[in-house]
Amino acid sequence: MHDQHIASAFDRDLEGIQARIMKMGGLVEEAILSAAESLENRDEELAEKVRAGDRAIDALEEMINEEAALLIALRSPTAIDLRIVLTVMKISANLERIGDYAKNMAKRTGVLVQMSPIAGTHASLRRMAREVQLMLKDALDAYIQRDAVLAQEVINRDKDVDQMYNALFREFLTFMLEDPRNITACMHLHFIAKNNERMGDHVTSIAEQVIYLVSGETPDDPRPKGDKTSTDPRVAPEAAWADADGDD
Amino acid sequence: MYDSPNSEAKIGQKAIKISANKVQVYYGDTHAIKDVDVQIEDKTVTAFIGPSGCGKSTFLRCLNRMNDTIDICRVEGEILLDGEDIYDKRVDPVQLRAKVGMVFQKPNPFPKSIYDNIAYGPRIHGLARSKADLDDIVEKSLRRGAIWNEVKDRLHAPGTGLSGGQQQRLCIARAIATEPEVLLMDEPCSALDPIATGQVEELIDELRENFSVVIVTHSMQQAARVSQKTAFFHLGNLVEYGMTGQIFTNPNDPRTESYITGRIG
Repeated sequence: MHDQHIASAFDRDLEGIQARIMKMGGLVEEAILSAAESLENRDEELAEKVRAGDRAIDALEEMINEEAALLIALRSPTAIDLRIVLTVMKISANLERIGDYAKNMAKRTGVLVQMSPIAGTHASLRRMAREVQLMLKDALDAYIQRDAVLAQEVINRDKDVDQMYNALFREFLTFMLEDPRNITACMHLHFIAKNNERMGDHVTSIAEQVIYLVSGETPDDPRPKGDKTSTDPRVAPEAAWADADGDD
Repeated sequence: MYDSPNSEAKIGQKAIKISANKVQVYYGDTHAIKDVDVQIEDKTVTAFIGPSGCGKSTFLRCLNRMNDTIDICRVEGEILLDGEDIYDKRVDPVQLRAKVGMVFQKPNPFPKSIYDNIAYGPRIHGLARSKADLDDIVEKSLRRGAIWNEVKDRLHAPGTGLSGGQQQRLCIARAIATEPEVLLMDEPCSALDPIATGQVEELIDELRENFSVVIVTHSMQQAARVSQKTAFFHLGNLVEYGMTGQIFTNPNDPRTESYITGRIG
């Protein structure tokens, strides 16, 4: 197939909207890392920066939606062009959601710095955030390179994030059982872990969009699920409340 | 992933109306259609798309032997209508064209009254036994052509006095007056404004209830809007033939993709 449209303005529009997705992706990656870093270093200023930065991410999403609507109205995209527009819209929604989770992490960091730290968990949370950020980076690379193999790899890696979440879940439970004074902090930390786990799900959804973009088909194999806290009582005997998603 | 829209839901289970096998068309030394196999379903709108000169109109004209009128044109291969070879020596092309009607790019009403435009075909094919019969056919055809309300008070005014869009619907009404089984349309909307185009497209969708419609169009959007199956022709070859939704979201052949997305091809 040829790369260029007869109408070069069409190419410019498509490139523009994809460039914006990449910019948005970059901001979201940074937000994840900064949120985790602010938590580990008890850095309120950085946390505040992450919270403020979410506005730029939201604005980009809005801009992408407007451009996508214009593209559909003015250019009637078909085939690969249509799939670009559809996936751009979905990916921007996923990125916006991930940005919200990062913002929520930063918000909780603001509360957590007022309390005494829970040993070891901040570093685990940062590793988890780092893994999610790497998955996001790979998913976005796969998008730009139209690489369905890399996208599938990202999908498979989500179970690692889920396992990290399971481990943290048990850890927080132990801390809370040991000393009820830990409960407030652990609840916040648990929400942060859950936010990370949800981010992983959104990254997985981005990777699925890449596969749809390349092949025209959505992967129908149920992806490996590693989060057992809401189904397996051996992982979490009191798991009923553990299903809450992050707010924002 | 691909979920058929409702209009396509039952396509693919319908009877085959026209079956073309290994069709070749030559204009003198020019090989215009190469080895085309296509199965056209009954009660379905099938769109032929492709760049100018790709052979889509030529192939359409094979389906009711309109190419017979061109001396240097030679058709080989087999085209079956309901299992019977339309190029068989015993087939009368005039009878065939009553069964396989045609609508052209430019509206071409006869220089007669609106009534006579419609009544002409049924008269020569002896479809009406009485004046009342003929009146019925005229009214029914004009109604099916979605133009009855606009012309019922001036049936004896000349057909050429209508607007372009009305003339085209009159021609469609004329084509269906002989109760054809297949309706061939060669760019029926290219001379019409968007409103008249919309009316003709709506009409095509209604005709699908009773006829098999094959439409050649340069407008990809029109093919996407009105058809359930789409065939893409390129340089005399049938490159891809499939469900319209699939062709427009996820074509199999890179040539189809280049063409429908407006890339240089």
